[in-house]
Amino acid sequence: MRVVVDLNRCQGYAQCAFLAPDVFEMHGEEALLYKPRPDEAFREEVARAVAACPVQAILVDRLDEAVTAGEASDAR
Amino acid sequence: MPADGYLERLKRDGRIVVVGASLAGLRAAETLRTEGFAGTLTMVGDEPYEPYDRPPLSKGVLLGRTTPDHTALPRRTALEADWRLGTAATGLDMAAKRVRLADGEEVEYDRLLITTGVRARPWPHEGEAGLDGVFVLRTRDDATALHKRLVDGPRRVLVIGAGFTGSEIASACRERDIPVTVAERGAAPLVGALGGVVGAVAAELQREHGVDLRTGVMVTGLEGDSAGRVRAAHLSDGSSVEPDIVVVALGATRNTEWLAGSGLGAGPRGIACDAGCRAFDIRGIVTDDIFVAGDVARSPHPLFGYQFLSLEHWGNAVSQAETAAHNMLCASVDRRPHMWVPAFWSSQFGVNIKSVGVPSMGTELLISQGSLAERRFVGVYGYQDRVIGAVTFDQARWLPFYEHLIETTAPFPPSFPTVDRRPEGARSVPAEFPDPSVPTHGPTVTLSGYSPADRRMTFTPGRH
Repeated sequence: MRVVVDLNRCQGYAQCAFLAPDVFEMHGEEALLYKPRPDEAFREEVARAVAACPVQAILVDRLDEAVTAGEASDAR
Repeated sequence: MPADGYLERLKRDGRIVVVGASLAGLRAAETLRTEGFAGTLTMVGDEPYEPYDRPPLSKGVLLGRTTPDHTALPRRTALEADWRLGTAATGLDMAAKRVRLADGEEVEYDRLLITTGVRARPWPHEGEAGLDGVFVLRTRDDATALHKRLVDGPRRVLVIGAGFTGSEIASACRERDIPVTVAERGAAPLVGALGGVVGAVAAELQREHGVDLRTGVMVTGLEGDSAGRVRAAHLSDGSSVEPDIVVVALGATRNTEWLAGSGLGAGPRGIACDAGCRAFDIRGIVTDDIFVAGDVARSPHPLFGYQFLSLEHWGNAVSQAETAAHNMLCASVDRRPHMWVPAFWSSQFGVNIKSVGVPSMGTELLISQGSLAERRFVGVYGYQDRVIGAVTFDQARWLPFYEHLIETTAPFPPSFPTVDRRPEGARSVPAEFPDPSVPTHGPTVTLSGYSPADRRMTFTPGRH
């Protein structure tokens, strides 16, 4: 699955780092590091982080559909 | 909606071409689909990869937390697009409404969106730039190549340019315990974006983390060994450094060359557009069918004296793309202006740096919370007695408050007593931005063109 965090919105509440520590980690006191392509096994963890983020900064691909590189393979 | 139903037909079976398949292009395409565009959507990109996120390339990727091929952006909706990846656009025929591609094909459009962004400015000396071990960092391929060499454990990395990208690269090197020298032409790192006072804090941070920081110097030449590998760099103060990796971080160049001679108002400073993202032609007349968004655009911002701002910011690309896409499908009364307040972030040397507004317009700086010495503070920038920008070091939660002050043109110095009443908060100091005529490395905001107070225009003719 794919994840991107809008780091303009992120204010370092670290809820994601508690709820999905395999994907999100704090780097220093306030900066966030995350894995943009976590394994599908973490989808539930990530969904909890998305829901808990106080500033709704985490965007994932649509939760009901595992989007892979498929679409880009239309490329000629 | 016009009586002839043009927009309805456009939405139903029109042709939209997006040139530039990165963040702005993707977000625009998603917005087009969610706003009901059911016609043919063509996505043209010069890189062979589907849209990916660039900020991790100078942070998580160099630290080994993720890999360069893992930053593809999430999709919020199915695009059903015709992807032309790995194929650059090479020309535009505005009269025939056609985009020419590098493979010789032509794509016709009813509406065109240009999101070609910027590329890393290469080392100006071509022979030296071609030495083995000399890198830039902008694309996924750049990151792959650089990361591979960092893993090999270089003896020393030289970073040329201490803007945000250069500083983040230096930070990642130190975290990997790689010796690093940073050469910056200005007086301090980040000086173009945040001024000399805050730049001095950035300089201390670098030195504390073991960076060999050289300011006020230029790299005058790179030298290779007999096998064509870089082995030395000569500096303008007469000294030299012996790196086995050199990363050139001298800012970016706008990808507008493909538009030369097309008649569109495009040049080295980007593509000028109105607040509704419609591109200007070289006569200064706004086009009806060509829109621009992201790093390549320059658009007038009402909060900043209607100056044309070019912003190389992630959030600007997203916001402007969404506005452009919306406006592409709308009658003129339904269009929205692009009014995003500039904002960016950078994490380096363990500190989260964030900013709103346009600090580089500021002449005065007030530390309203925290302290420079603690590297934890809020700095407020003032311009003509109003708040024009703010920066935080590990104090991000306060930024929305300052954003509100900027949006409401609040007076500077701020009228509230500062929160923790430290001596630094009592009085503003000059922000110490360098003379704009002296280039520094990689400021993230460029102010240019028309403003009510400063009527200057520069016309850059296309090269034929």
